[in-house]
Parts: sequence; structure tokens; C-alpha cells
Amino acid sequence: MLTYVVIFSILAILLIASALYAIIQKDLLYAVISTGVISLILSVFFFLMQAPDVALTEAAIGIALTTIIFVITIRNTSRYEDEDSSSNLERF
Amino acid sequence: MQDFGQYTNIITTGVYGSAIALILIGLYAVLVKKHLTKIVIGLSIIDAGVHLLFIAIGYITGGTAPIFSPGNENMAEKMVDPVPQALVLTAIVIGFATTAVALSLVIRLYKHHNTARIDQIKTLKW
Amino acid sequence: MKKVFVILLLIIVGYFLAGTFNLIPFGENRIAGNDQGEKVASYYLHNTKEKTSVANVVTAIVVNYRGFDTLGEVTVLFLATTGLGSILFRRKEDDEEVERINKPSSSLVTTGSRILFPLIALLGIYVFIHGHLTPGGGFQGGAIIATGFLLMLLSYKNFHASHKALTWVESLAGISFVMIGFWGLISSNSFLQNIPEVGQLNQLLSGGVIPVIYIAVGFKVAAELTGVLDILLNIKPKK
Repeated sequence: MLTYVVIFSILAILLIASALYAIIQKDLLYAVISTGVISLILSVFFFLMQAPDVALTEAAIGIALTTIIFVITIRNTSRYEDEDSSSNLERF
Repeated sequence: MQDFGQYTNIITTGVYGSAIALILIGLYAVLVKKHLTKIVIGLSIIDAGVHLLFIAIGYITGGTAPIFSPGNENMAEKMVDPVPQALVLTAIVIGFATTAVALSLVIRLYKHHNTARIDQIKTLKW
Repeated sequence: MKKVFVILLLIIVGYFLAGTFNLIPFGENRIAGNDQGEKVASYYLHNTKEKTSVANVVTAIVVNYRGFDTLGEVTVLFLATTGLGSILFRRKEDDEEVERINKPSSSLVTTGSRILFPLIALLGIYVFIHGHLTPGGGFQGGAIIATGFLLMLLSYKNFHASHKALTWVESLAGISFVMIGFWGLISSNSFLQNIPEVGQLNQLLSGGVIPVIYIAVGFKVAAELTGVLDILLNIKPKK
């Protein structure tokens, strides 16, 4: 019983830490990889709550496909979050 | 997972609390951040939190997965609730489709205005 | 100043959400029947084995008992693909070759992906054919096949998933789903009714029309997700 509580606590702390990192980081490539880590931990949660179909779906769609479409978007737009804000332009 | 005994409060707080925390973190990103890709990341995090909340409601202590595999075909009394799982299956695919359309709008907007921040787009008039 | 208001709003929303979910204890058995009758989840769990002979209860709910919602979901995916293609369209006159990858991949990547692609496609087809016996189904198998196509698209410079073939596969799969529904309507007055006779539990050919619907959904989802990735990877870069 204690092992389940320990596993749950570690996974929950990792989940919230990844979510906070994903919205604080200014380099967008690291932020979308954190979103992939959120999907990974969520898939393990779904498996521990006896829902194997949902775990498979979240693993197949959330980890691979969502990350790749975010990376393609970053490639076609800017990579850093504060790249062309007005405070940056006024420095010159 | 079997009966929790004295740790029930911790597990309840852990599962419900992390799902509600994910929803609140995603909502903060949607309301405060200025870069469009970061707003779409926030939408994706809200989706993840809601799906976790749904599956957590449908869980029964001591239950097993709802599949009649050969060997345990009489376990219909001890299965977890299958209806929220069917709902979340649909919701994950639709969430992905919504994210894809939102990102294509971001790409198109960047090509037109040459910036992806919403406070810059308000000032560039054509 | 705006951040203070946002944090205040989040605290209020979080307080009410936590207060609501405190009234729902985690892990309580809410589907056992009481004297007012049987609940819906308990009905599905007890009657799936006799009436549909399908081992996976979630598959039976998604395809048979709530099959119309699956038709709606397949429509939403189709609309998303169409919308994406029309937002990012390319005109015919600037149809030069788009450089998808900058440097040619090493021989390890090209050889490995050529070996792995049939195996990934085989795994995806296995997952959606056995959707009624093991965890899996149409959506999972389609996503796995789309990941295999993504591997090939990223390793080779001139690998094209031909749009004509994808359109044909997707249209045929969608039409067959609706035709199965109409077959049920003609035979017994109810759309998507399970007409053929159900076999035994845990055999491959059991469950009536449920595996056929999931095979159609699997092909359709694979074709759509591959189309989405193909459109996104071939965007013309700005000079």
C-alpha cells in the first residue's frame, strides 16, 4: 500500500512541475517538450486507474502527434517568446 | 489498486488536486501570456486536466479493467465504470483536432503580420 | 495590475471546484443498483456478454450502444482536416518543391526507418482489427499508422504520401460506415443496429458488425492524420 502512495505522490509532483515549467519557460521548444511529458505522465495515471483504452489513446495521440505539430508551428513562427516585443525593439 | 485504508485522504487530495491544479495553470496561461503559441499550449493543458478529472470520477476502489478476458468472465460485479472512459476516448481525439486547427491559424497569422504576439498585432494596422 | 485580478479569479475558481469535488468521494461504488432500478453503467456491464459477445466493454459502448456519437466524432475529424487544408492552401502558380529537411539524413536513419515502417503499420493494423478483444480500437490503430508515416516523411526528402490515394481511402471508409448504418435502418428500423448474428465470446469473428465498423474507422483516422501531417510539413517558407 505504501508503494502506491509513494508512486502517486512522485507522479503528481512531476506533473505539476512540468506544467509550471511549460508556461514559465521563454524558449518555446522546451515548453512543448514539457507538454509531451505531461501527456506521458497522464498516460501512466490512466493505466493505474484501470483504463487501458484511454491510456493507449493518450499515449498515441498526446505524445507523438501533438508534439510534432507544435514543433512544426515553432519552425514557421518565432522560437523565443519575447523575440519581437516592443521593449526589445526600443533597445536599439 | 486495493483498498487504501488510512491513506485515502492523501490519494484523494493528490488525484483531484493535481487535476484542478492543471486546469488552473492552463487557465493562467490563456489569460496572461502574450505569445500565441503559449496560449495554445495553455489550451492543451486545460484539456489534459479535464480528462484526468473525468477518469478519476469513474474509478471504483478494488475494481478492475472492463474487459472480459478468457479466464475471468464473471467479474462483471467488480469492474470500474466504463461510461466515462468512452467519453474521454472521444474527447482526446477531438482535443487534438482543435489544437491542430488553432495552430494552423497561428501560422497563417504570422505570415500576414510577421509577428505572433497579440500586443503587436493590435498596433499594426493595414 | 492585470495579474493580480487574474490570480484572484483563479483562487475563486479553484475554491469552488475543490468544494464541489469534495462532495464526490474518490473510489466510491456508485454503479451498484438501488431500489429505484438499475443504473446505465451496470446495465452495460451485465448485458454486453450476452447481447453482443464482445469482450471489451468500452468498444461495445463506443461502437454499438453510443455508435452515433462515434459518427459525429469522425465527422469532426474530417471537418478539422478540411479546415486545416483550406486555411493553409497553396496556389497553383507557386508550386515549386518545398525543402522539407535541410540536410540529408544519415544512412542509419534512412535504413532504419525503411525497416521500421512496415512493422509499425503491421502493429497499427493489429491494434484495430483486435479492438473488440483487447484494449485498442480504431482511433489508437489509426494514430499508430500515422506515426509510421511521419517517420518516413521526416527521413526521406522525396517521399510523398499521394493525396489521391489518401482521399480515396478516407472517402471509402466513411461511406462504408454510413452504409452499415443504413443497412441496420433498412433491416430493422434502427440506425446502426447490430444485424448479423453474434458469435462466441473471445473469437476473432464475433460481435456482429462491430469489428467491421472499427476497421473502417481505423483506416479513416489513419488517412486523415497522415493528411494533416503532410499539409503541415509542406508549408512554403517565407523568404
